[in-house]
Amino acid sequence: MNMKPEFKIISDLIIRASHVLDVGCGDGVLMEFLIKEKKVNIRGIEISKTKVQNCIAKGLTIIEGNAEEDLKQFPDKSFDYVVLSQTLQAFLNPEKVINELLRIGKQAIVTIPNFGYWKIRLHLLLKGTMPVTRTLPDEWYNTPNIHLCTIKDFVFFSESKNFKLSKSIALKSNQPSYIKKSNLSIKNLSSNLGIFLIER
Amino acid sequence: MNIKENIKKLIIEKPLKLDCGQTINNFPLAYETYGSLNEKKDNAILVFHALTGDQFVTGINPITKKDGWWSYAVGPNKSIDTNKYFVICANVIGGCMGSFGPSHENPETKKIYGTDFPVITINDMVNAQVNLLDFFGIKKLFSVIGGSMGGMQVLQFISNFPNKAKTVIPIACTSNHSAQNIAFNELGRQAITADHNWQDGKYISQNKVPDKGLAVARMAAHITYLSKKGLQEKFGRKLQERDDLKFGFDADFQIESYLRYQGSVFVDRFDANSYLYITRAMDYFDLIKQNNGNLSNAFKDTKAKFFVISFTSDWLYPTQENKEIVIALNAIGANVGFVEIKSDKGHDSFLLNVPDFLKTLKNFLDQSYLET
Repeated sequence: MNMKPEFKIISDLIIRASHVLDVGCGDGVLMEFLIKEKKVNIRGIEISKTKVQNCIAKGLTIIEGNAEEDLKQFPDKSFDYVVLSQTLQAFLNPEKVINELLRIGKQAIVTIPNFGYWKIRLHLLLKGTMPVTRTLPDEWYNTPNIHLCTIKDFVFFSESKNFKLSKSIALKSNQPSYIKKSNLSIKNLSSNLGIFLIER
Repeated sequence: MNIKENIKKLIIEKPLKLDCGQTINNFPLAYETYGSLNEKKDNAILVFHALTGDQFVTGINPITKKDGWWSYAVGPNKSIDTNKYFVICANVIGGCMGSFGPSHENPETKKIYGTDFPVITINDMVNAQVNLLDFFGIKKLFSVIGGSMGGMQVLQFISNFPNKAKTVIPIACTSNHSAQNIAFNELGRQAITADHNWQDGKYISQNKVPDKGLAVARMAAHITYLSKKGLQEKFGRKLQERDDLKFGFDADFQIESYLRYQGSVFVDRFDANSYLYITRAMDYFDLIKQNNGNLSNAFKDTKAKFFVISFTSDWLYPTQENKEIVIALNAIGANVGFVEIKSDKGHDSFLLNVPDFLKTLKNFLDQSYLET
C-alpha cells in the first residue's frame, strides 16, 4: 500500500475518537490508518472518480468533490481536525483553502513537500532544470504542483496571516524532528517534508 | 384485469390522510419480495420504483413477461444481492399494477375513479408503503433505495421516518422538480388529455384507450432519459430498413422507429390516468418547501448513513441537484457519501448495465452491512 511516512506523525497529532476530514484523501490509505490507530470518525473528500470508488469499496465515507469549491458546504468548526496531506501545492488558491480548513476544522494538519530541500536546490543549481524528485515526480509541464513552497515560506506565510503553528515537524529520511525559530534555516535545507498543526 | 388478481396485495385498513385532504382506508397496496427475511429481521431493503416502474423489480415480470425494471442491479450476487438481503418493493398508490389507483372502482359510486381519484403525493406514497414494515414485523430497514422518483420517495421516507432505515441511497434524483421537469411532465399530460379517446378520463368505462396520447407522452419522456451523446452514438442519422429518404412521414430514421416502438410497448402496460397522477405527484414534490426553505431540516432527526449517486450525463436530474442533497446533509454533520458515476447513458444510467455504478452500489451496501 501507498503508506506515506508522514501518516504515523499525522496520527500522533490526532486525539483518539475525534472527528476528522481528510481533504484529497486519495485511495483512503490515511483514513484507514487513522481509523485503525485512533478510532476516528473520519470523512474524505476526493476529486478522482476512480479513487472515490476505491474508497467506497473499503467502506469509507467519502464525498466526490473539489476541495476548492466543495469545502464551503461544511459548517464552521464541524471537525476536530482537517487533514491536507501533500495537496496544498496543487490548489489554484492555497491561501483560500487554508482559510477554509481553519474555518471548518478546530485545527488543521497540513503537510508540504519542501522545495527548500538541499537536493532540490542542488538539482536546480547544477542541472539548471526544474527539479524532479521522489516526492515531486512530475515534469514542469505536467505537474499538478503549481504552488510549491519551502518550509520557511510556509512558516513566514503562517506568521503573516496570524495562524498559530501549534506543532511544526520536519521529516528527513523518515526521521521527524521539531522545527523551531532557531533551527528553521537548517531544517529548511535538510528536510524533504514539513508537517504543521495549525489553528487560528 | 384478471391476470392482476394474482398479484400480492396488502389491504391497508388504517385510514391514511392524503395531502389533498381526503382520507382513504381499506385500500390495496400491491407488492413483491425477493430473497428472504433473516431471523433478526435486519436485512430488509425497501426499493422504491420510478415513474413507470412497478413492484416487479427483478426476474420475469409476471404481467409483461419481460425482465424486471432493475434486473441489472437486483438479484442473486448482484449489487442488491437477494442471497443476502430481503428486497421489498411496492407499486405506488396512484399506479396501475395492483395498488389503489385511478383505474379502480370507487366503492361509493361503483364507477371507475378516473380523474375523480384523489391527487396523491410522494408523501402519500411513502406513508402507504411504511405499512409494509409492520406487516413483515421489521423495526428498521437495512436500506431504502431508489432512483429518479424512487429517490424522491427515499428522501421523503427518511424524512418522515428517521429511525426506520440504517442506510439511505437516493440515486439520480432531486429534492424538488425544476421548471424544466414540470414542463416535460406537462407535455406528457397534455398529450394524453388531447387524445380524443381519453374522454375526460372515463375511457375505461367506454372501452377506449388513449393510446396515441400516452405513446407520445412516453416518447417525449424517453428522450429526457437519454443523453444527446448516447442517442447520437446509438442512432446518429441511421436510416430504418431503407437505403434513402422516402420524402414522407414514415419513420425514415432509426431514432423515429425506436421512439415509436417505445411508445407502443408502453401503452400495453401502463394506464394513462396513472401517468397523469404520478407525474403530478413528482411535480408537487418539494422537500425544501416542506421544510420551510431549509432542506437540512428534512434530515435533522436521522442518524442514517446516506449515499447519494448521480450520473455525468443525466440532464433530467443533474449532478448539481443531487449535490444539493449532499450539501444539506453536510450542513448538519450527517454521515453522507457522494459519487458521480461517469456514463453516457443519461438519466436511465441507473437502470442500465453501467458497471461502475453497479459495483459502487454493491460495495457500499456490502460494506455497510458488515458494520451492522
